[in-house]
Amino acid sequence: MTARRVASYWMVFSVVLALLIAAPLVLPEFWRQFLTEILIWGLLAMSSDLLVGYAGMVSFGHSAFFGLGIYGAAAALLSITPPNLWLALLFGLMAAAGVAAFVAYFATRLRDIYFAITTLIFSQIFYVIIFTWTEVTGGENGLTFRRPPLAVPGLFSVPFTSETLHWFVLAVVTLSYLLLRRITQSPFGMVLQSIRENEARTRAIGYPIERYKIVAVMLSGLFAGLAGVLYAIQNRFAAPDFVFFLVSGEVIIFNVMGGIGTLVGPIVGAAFFLLLREGFSRFFTEYYLIPVGLIFIAMVIFLPQGLLGFMRRSLNR
Amino acid sequence: MGVEQLLQAIPLDQLLIQTINGIVAGMILALVASGLTLIFGIMDVVNFAHGELFMLGAYVGVIILAATGNFWLALLAASLAIALLGAAIHVTVLRPLLGRDPLMTILATFGISLVLQNYALWQFGPVARKIQEPFTGHFTLFYLEYPWYRLVIALLSAAIIGALWLFLKFGTYGIWIRATMQDRVMAQAMGIPVPWVLTVVFAIGAGMAAASGVLFGPLVGVNHAMGLDWVLKAFIVVVVGGMGNLGGSIAASIFISLLESYASLWVSPAQAVIFSFVVLILTLLFRPTGLFVPTPK
Repeated sequence: MTARRVASYWMVFSVVLALLIAAPLVLPEFWRQFLTEILIWGLLAMSSDLLVGYAGMVSFGHSAFFGLGIYGAAAALLSITPPNLWLALLFGLMAAAGVAAFVAYFATRLRDIYFAITTLIFSQIFYVIIFTWTEVTGGENGLTFRRPPLAVPGLFSVPFTSETLHWFVLAVVTLSYLLLRRITQSPFGMVLQSIRENEARTRAIGYPIERYKIVAVMLSGLFAGLAGVLYAIQNRFAAPDFVFFLVSGEVIIFNVMGGIGTLVGPIVGAAFFLLLREGFSRFFTEYYLIPVGLIFIAMVIFLPQGLLGFMRRSLNR
Repeated sequence: MGVEQLLQAIPLDQLLIQTINGIVAGMILALVASGLTLIFGIMDVVNFAHGELFMLGAYVGVIILAATGNFWLALLAASLAIALLGAAIHVTVLRPLLGRDPLMTILATFGISLVLQNYALWQFGPVARKIQEPFTGHFTLFYLEYPWYRLVIALLSAAIIGALWLFLKFGTYGIWIRATMQDRVMAQAMGIPVPWVLTVVFAIGAGMAAASGVLFGPLVGVNHAMGLDWVLKAFIVVVVGGMGNLGGSIAASIFISLLESYASLWVSPAQAVIFSFVVLILTLLFRPTGLFVPTPK
């Protein structure tokens, strides 16, 4: 890895970041919120990339972590007055971490398709619980709540505008990206990639791979929960649909469209998917998934590396 | 509440009704799951679109029934039409993915399921359609008028699965299919046209899903989202029964359905699903090869 390549990576990184910071100042209101939403879904897809792309474990249960993040934040925002941003964050992360610990403990004993099916079934368990426990979760109707102000205790407290919300989300997503990048490049991340390449050999070298896998699922679930909290703050409602496994499927679609194992790829994939959805729903209204699904199938067949797959090496330096 | 009180709380007649309900539901589930397990066992393809083939089969049944008024013709035509659709899906989407990571086939079939489901919503609208049952006779089961049709479904499902088993066991093409399942490369070397065998298997699985869709149609309404529930249940059954194991899937279907019917005596049917989820997870943890397969020596 040459110093020049590193420099060019950080240059591109800062240019993209600067563009994202400046974007809400020039974009109209609709596209401003759209961009924020892309970042949130991108964070969710990025969290799943840690498992899919680096550890080689395809999770179909990310909707559970995401949904519990939303419901955790909802619990904090509804039960504590005045609503507090940081408590929402804490509650959401705790809920997601609890679920992630539970899922990780059982699901990591299984491999490949069985891991995928188990995570899928776990997320459905949480879906059924949330859907039927009407007194607490609001059941099918979900919960609505107010957006907390952007506040630092003792310093300031201002209500979110769509610009400050965008910057807040951008800050969280950027920090998460840097953290995830650090994780994937750390010795821990190297072991995960080694598990992806050859699990038996990694075990033979002497790594306790079960423990590595559990930690990987928990980390991934934590970031997914973070995305859930951000989503709750942006949209101010929680619904059982977010826990349904179709959301997990969409997350995998983001990953594959953008390119797995790249971390930024999933964000690009989320942007691509949401743009396609936006574009096609003008012509096909709610049936936009017909053309989007066809494009996705074509990409699986002809472009399995995803949009950013060709940059995979340079992005992981 | 003590155990005795709990036992007294369920009347015996309800228990019997739920047993029959469970077996009937189990046979339909077995029909769906045996197609799925066949596809998985032979092709290593986890077919996420299976529930949508079930749903489209039911819709084709609705259309043909409306046009001709003959239920049995509708059943046959729907199976054939969806089998053809399955073959087309296999040739266009799954064959290019042959030999790639199994993940890719999961993703591709997930994409197909999204497309088919939304196509059905677009074409047929969100209102549930009804299939008229071919005969409406009842017999008395305690205080209930139990329809004969339900028992006929169970028998018919058993007959279709039995026919599949005979075909796999004795038919020339059935033997080709089993040979492909055992060793794809060797089968190819022996001159079996493996890619076409795979296509035919996918078509058979799709046709069986469609048949169960039409058979099940009269019991619940036909709508675009009906496949989702079934594909999840069929996955559970296929894993609990042992992937690629026909007898195991049938046993698991009946087991899971009975469990859910008994559970719905106490909790709502929506929550009863959790019981089968728990069975699946316990199976995967303690007996990942499946509950209904002999322990490998």
